[in-house]
Amino acid sequence: MAIEINPVPSVQLSKVADSEKHGENSPYFAGWKAYDEDPYNEMTNPSGVIQMGLAENQVSFDMLEDYLEKHPEASIWGKGAPGFKENALFQDYHGLLSFRKAMASFMEQIRGGRARFDPERVVLTAGATAANELLTFILADPGDALLVPTPYYPGFDRDLRWRTGVRIVPIHCNSSNNFQITPQALEAAYENAESMNLRVRGVLITNPSNPLGATVQRAVLEEILGFVTRKNIHLISDEIYSGSVFSSSEFVSVAEILESRDYKECERVHIVYSLSKDLGLPGFRVGTIYSYNDKVVTTARRMSSFTLISSQTQHLLASMLSNKEFTSRYIETNRARLKKRYDMIIQGLKRAGIKCLRGNAGLFCWMNLSPLLQKPDREGELDLWKTMLHELKLNISPGSSCHCSEPGWFRVCFANMSEQTLEVALARIHNYMDQRKR
Amino acid sequence: MRLIVPLQGVVQGRGGLLMGSLIPCALFYFLQLYLKKRHRSPKPRSPSVSPSPSSSNLAELPRSASRSNLSSRGSIGPARTSNRATSIAKPNTSPYYVGLDRVLEDPYDRVHYPDGIIQLGLSENRLCLDLIDEWMSENLNNSVIRGDGGDLGIAGLATYQPSDGLVELKVAMASFMSKVVSKEVSFNPSQIVITSGATPAIEILCFCLADQGNAILVPTPYYPGFDRDMTWRTGVELIPVHCRSTDNFIPSITALDQAFNQAKKRGLRVRGILISNPSNPVGNMLPRETLYSLLDFAREKNIHILSDEIFAGSTHGNEEFVSMAEIVGEEEFDKDRVHIIYGLSKDLSIPGFRVGCIYSFNETVLASSKRMARFSPVSALTQRLLVSLLLDTRFITKYLETNRRRIRQVYDLFVAGLKELGVKWTEGGAGLFCWVDMSGLIRSYSEKAELELFDRLLNIAKINATPGSACHCIEPGWFRCCFTTLSLEDVPVVIERIRRVAEICKSPR
Repeated sequence: MAIEINPVPSVQLSKVADSEKHGENSPYFAGWKAYDEDPYNEMTNPSGVIQMGLAENQVSFDMLEDYLEKHPEASIWGKGAPGFKENALFQDYHGLLSFRKAMASFMEQIRGGRARFDPERVVLTAGATAANELLTFILADPGDALLVPTPYYPGFDRDLRWRTGVRIVPIHCNSSNNFQITPQALEAAYENAESMNLRVRGVLITNPSNPLGATVQRAVLEEILGFVTRKNIHLISDEIYSGSVFSSSEFVSVAEILESRDYKECERVHIVYSLSKDLGLPGFRVGTIYSYNDKVVTTARRMSSFTLISSQTQHLLASMLSNKEFTSRYIETNRARLKKRYDMIIQGLKRAGIKCLRGNAGLFCWMNLSPLLQKPDREGELDLWKTMLHELKLNISPGSSCHCSEPGWFRVCFANMSEQTLEVALARIHNYMDQRKR
Repeated sequence: MRLIVPLQGVVQGRGGLLMGSLIPCALFYFLQLYLKKRHRSPKPRSPSVSPSPSSSNLAELPRSASRSNLSSRGSIGPARTSNRATSIAKPNTSPYYVGLDRVLEDPYDRVHYPDGIIQLGLSENRLCLDLIDEWMSENLNNSVIRGDGGDLGIAGLATYQPSDGLVELKVAMASFMSKVVSKEVSFNPSQIVITSGATPAIEILCFCLADQGNAILVPTPYYPGFDRDMTWRTGVELIPVHCRSTDNFIPSITALDQAFNQAKKRGLRVRGILISNPSNPVGNMLPRETLYSLLDFAREKNIHILSDEIFAGSTHGNEEFVSMAEIVGEEEFDKDRVHIIYGLSKDLSIPGFRVGCIYSFNETVLASSKRMARFSPVSALTQRLLVSLLLDTRFITKYLETNRRRIRQVYDLFVAGLKELGVKWTEGGAGLFCWVDMSGLIRSYSEKAELELFDRLLNIAKINATPGSACHCIEPGWFRCCFTTLSLEDVPVVIERIRRVAEICKSPR
């Protein structure tokens, strides 16, 4: 008789560690892998994959470099300068006051002074990723739900759900009205959650929207505010692209609406911001939560212990962002350059016979390739995505990874490359479309 | 249909609920009534985390449609925050935090404000900041951000970075850890996940190794911050395993075993043990044999070991520190269960820069931690700075030597003073603090009396020392006194103030 050898049971991990809820197996991330393996380089690898799936802003680096060169005191302490010791020891979760003030003032500038921000309500986190997760921990319990309009940033699946145990229930939007959020869609989502026995704790919108590249209109914001008030739930407004609106007058922040109403019902509203997009500094890991709710501010502050920004970074950015002359010039120039890029890509796509959603913000455009689909469904979209990736060597993000209910839409980033690279990408698309016609 | 159901049973949910489930209508009626009542009062729910099968706590009933109608209909007050948030928002009543707050209000300054409270409650090392300051001013003239582009140009720094840290920093950390944590171990950079401090490192490990409602054994006394860091968002429960002064506060396997079994009886699944080695607050190092026994125990119960070694470089005694990494190296098949937490806040005196790491041998834990590090990343700017600092071998060697020497100096002076007072302490040889036995000064052998002494020390003597009860110490009278925030001149002042309190305590009433 065979002797059974029981293997030593391997030690187990948590459900969270084993789950796929981090969402990193979606095509959104798979495209990045392809790029990593064969990255485009103008000189050394002109036939490589062009990364158009990364929403990074590289158009205004020169201004940052320039500032830092002219103001070296921002990044060094110098012998005997009073800054260093305190800075090295500073780990107070309130954050440097000077930095909070600078952030508040920067946020005001971006909104053209149409909303005021109190530094005491600014909570610092190491990036907007952490800010969104933190707010979710604070506003919802495991098993609760947040309503999020589709299409949405694929990272939300991880940021809002993974460790928090909270569910996302989509608010379906479609192209019939340029993917705007409607009152019917809001109600339908709420009812959908209820039918699944999920308690809805809030609505999370991204304004300007990722991946649409468009601002949310004032009337829609007011509708949403009315909705969350009626349901007595929270509103999180992720305004991470607020400084990347091509024309300042077109962006309405929920902060403005609240201010115009004398802050009635403001305790349910929380704004997320970051310097990763507008200032092109994702590597610095700077995010904030701005909440009108005192309890949320206190709790978020304490919870930010898990995600504090290095005091060195706070020190450097405090001095840069308090320089109003620099920031206003930066904001204006950045906007203009982004608009130029946007126009360039839209024209280029138009010439190739491809339409895009009319956008007015962000680092990307929302491209409609549905006429090209073999099959008008998710599978057809993924096939087209693969063609784009392997034949045209362009990594673009398929709408399905953004949970878009209509197949055939793709997010295409244009600010993370030089103009020449963008030309190359557009040329590839042009050639492909030409070939298809034949 | 009104039926007489024991109201008490329904409200508390135990026993009575079993009966109530036989009478669904009545249950439903009372459920609505009860929930309506609860909804009116702003009292938060008790944060019950573990849905143990025996409890029929109403809080865990599935929410019916009528429940959500209730919340939207008669909704009173603003939208509520989660249960998690409610417990976090409560004011900190632990003496650990109270003491820290009081010092902020009334801080001692030798020159400008000698009547203030002397801080002995913060395990920070200020003794060698001058060395780091000097390094910064000499090396940062090249500026971390150079306008000339290249490796340190803004473009390189500012773009997205891998979530678990720059490869160069991992290499630098691995090399630093080989100097500081264990000279016998060659730390592998690919087993490192960089996080914004050791605080998130511990939390991330808890998320990876335990589910909500599971437990982790923690030998006492332990760092008060663990109660918050490990449980707040993870839903994990800490089970204190008491250590005794007779054992020099070294954890006993018998005690661990007992705690494990008791947890099992309560329906709690233990997923791991957390040790801090060198220990905070005791300041001692676990002997090699203990580490082996712990690993044996973990293997037997098939659980993890989390070893917080953040004070590994702050040794000032004659004994060598032995890291868990050394032990594991010799026992191949145990690697998957050992995880080390490290950071630069203590050994390099730069807590503000927020740099910590997880060092694990478990591939899945590493993969998962890497993804979770997105929520707790270190600024690229700071990472670059540290790469330069850590790779400056000459400086690091000089720093580590000087650091040890200076810690030793203050320690010697401090314990000489304690000796004079006739107060005992635990000889540990590590850490930035001294674990002092002031049980001779408390009026009764109880936590209450210990807290009275804490109060006297804080308000009369004006020194903030952390009482053992805040660290879950089972023996009253112990206090953690951090001395590395003091300069040599402050030490006699501290001793004198303790003497004053000692006299008050000993004087007849």
